[in-house]
Amino acid sequence: MKIAITPDQLIFTEGTRLFPSETSFGNFAKVITQTDFLAYFGNSLIVSLGTAGVTTLIAAGAGYAFSRFDFAGKRVLVGIMLVTQMFPLLMVIAPIYKMVAALGMLNSLTSLIVVYTAFNIPFATFLMQSFFDGIPRDLEEAAMIDGCTRFQALRRIIVPLTLPGLGATLGFVFTAAWSELLFALMLINSNDAMTFPVGLLTFVSKFSVDWGQMMAAGVLALVPSCLFFIFIQRYLVQGLTSGAVKG
Amino acid sequence: MARMELSSLAKRYGQVEVLREIDLTIEDGEFVVLVGPSGCGKSTLLRMIAGLEPISGGELRIDGRRVNETAPRDRDIAMVFQSYALYPHMDVARNMGFSLEIRGKPETERRPRVAAAASTLSLEPLLARLPKALSGGQRQRVAMGRAIVRQPRAFLFDEPLSNLDAALRVDMRLEIARLHKRLAATMIYVTHDQVEAMTLADRIVVLNGGDVQQVGSPLDLYDRPANRFVAQFIGSPTMNILPVTLDDRGLPRLANGAAVPLEGLAPEGVAGRIAEIGLRPEHLVPGAAEGALVSGTADLVEHLGSDTNVYVRTEDYGTLVLRVHGHHPVRSGDALHLHARPGAVHAFDRDGLALPRRSR
Repeated sequence: MKIAITPDQLIFTEGTRLFPSETSFGNFAKVITQTDFLAYFGNSLIVSLGTAGVTTLIAAGAGYAFSRFDFAGKRVLVGIMLVTQMFPLLMVIAPIYKMVAALGMLNSLTSLIVVYTAFNIPFATFLMQSFFDGIPRDLEEAAMIDGCTRFQALRRIIVPLTLPGLGATLGFVFTAAWSELLFALMLINSNDAMTFPVGLLTFVSKFSVDWGQMMAAGVLALVPSCLFFIFIQRYLVQGLTSGAVKG
Repeated sequence: MARMELSSLAKRYGQVEVLREIDLTIEDGEFVVLVGPSGCGKSTLLRMIAGLEPISGGELRIDGRRVNETAPRDRDIAMVFQSYALYPHMDVARNMGFSLEIRGKPETERRPRVAAAASTLSLEPLLARLPKALSGGQRQRVAMGRAIVRQPRAFLFDEPLSNLDAALRVDMRLEIARLHKRLAATMIYVTHDQVEAMTLADRIVVLNGGDVQQVGSPLDLYDRPANRFVAQFIGSPTMNILPVTLDDRGLPRLANGAAVPLEGLAPEGVAGRIAEIGLRPEHLVPGAAEGALVSGTADLVEHLGSDTNVYVRTEDYGTLVLRVHGHHPVRSGDALHLHARPGAVHAFDRDGLALPRRSR
């Protein structure tokens, strides 16, 4: 933040200070007007929102099933999901690259959404399952006795009560996708499809680093995460289910 | 209004049999209480009637129609849960009217029915509140209100009072009794509290280990328990059980040689079969050493005001309990000689089955 608002000529000459002696928003202006930052930013927004939306939708369905139903192979499935979390990403990057290349999806935002979704589903599912576990079964049963089908009970009773969980999962997946660099670096080469973390690297050239602009871009990149959390904050507030049952 | 017939109703989880061959007919307007210790299957049976638990065998009919496969929403039965299960994101009025809302009844029909139920249960001032702003007793009443609004064919209660404190429990018990009187609807009530069972029920069904032990009116179960389990389950403090031996004439005797008073029992049933006798605490009286059935020393004395419970340590039978009406001057350490009230002795055979009593 400090470097972002320090004029270029002062960054290295001023030494370590809490506030720069002069402030300038020139770096922000340059980042926005002279670089492709806005395009990167847009790409990141598309990828992150897409990933968060798709992942949360799938995770909510899977989490509900894991929480409420007993079915053949449930334990095995949970085991598999857990195992996926154990692989270092570096290990799978080459096979993923080959697969995406074979599908002809290199340099597309869709490929990033698909890959991010795949990697985030297990954790998001666990997260959603624990939220569903926290809602007493009695509520659904009461609703079904009151005249709901299972789907109606889900929509009218369970979903409203799971909003905090949906919000938390959306937020978690969004930030994970927003800051992801490794896959984006591998799967995206064209400038048009670069996401923001990859774009940030363009500020590093072979012989110099434009620290001022890089920091300005970094500060700008915080904005959506902050906005997103401010927006979902009210859903994160716990205690919505209090009063449903004793206690 | 509904008449329910359970024939050979069974519930299995894999290999585990939770309920075996339950046969029971519940008449229209009857208040039936299912009691039993934890894990006896009483809640499972209730949930099977509600449609929340699949039926593994046998048949359930409501008003003559088989409903084994009918979804809960189509059975027209209301249920009050132990946890109340109020919808936390809806206010009291909407909670109560939800069943009508989901069935597409217009606001003009919902409102008066909710208002009527609310006035029965004195819930009017709370209609706009969320469940979290209610006390336990109020939540309980809302849960009952939600059931009443529907005007269902039958009401199911799953331990509805067990989360309330003692005073409130008595109030709500009376409220439920009044409700039954007013609505004259079929009600099935699950509890492990025998006071609730005795006070509310037209008939009590005692369950243990997945089997029906006995079905009968509260006093029937108290006076003529079918077996030792029912004898000990109904009544508090629990019935004292004393093993007996048969003398050379085949007459039962207690450890000190005293003859067992058999006035209350049908003589033909006793001969050769009697293995244990049962005496309710209120049927034991302290008296003279001569002719006493059992002697011992008072261990603990509980003064309840209206009654006094005395725990008596005996050499041959461990601790026995007697209950004396009113205040009693006995103190811990006093020697006591116990006699039985005439005609009050229960007798059981080796398998715990009750021997027949004289008809009164």
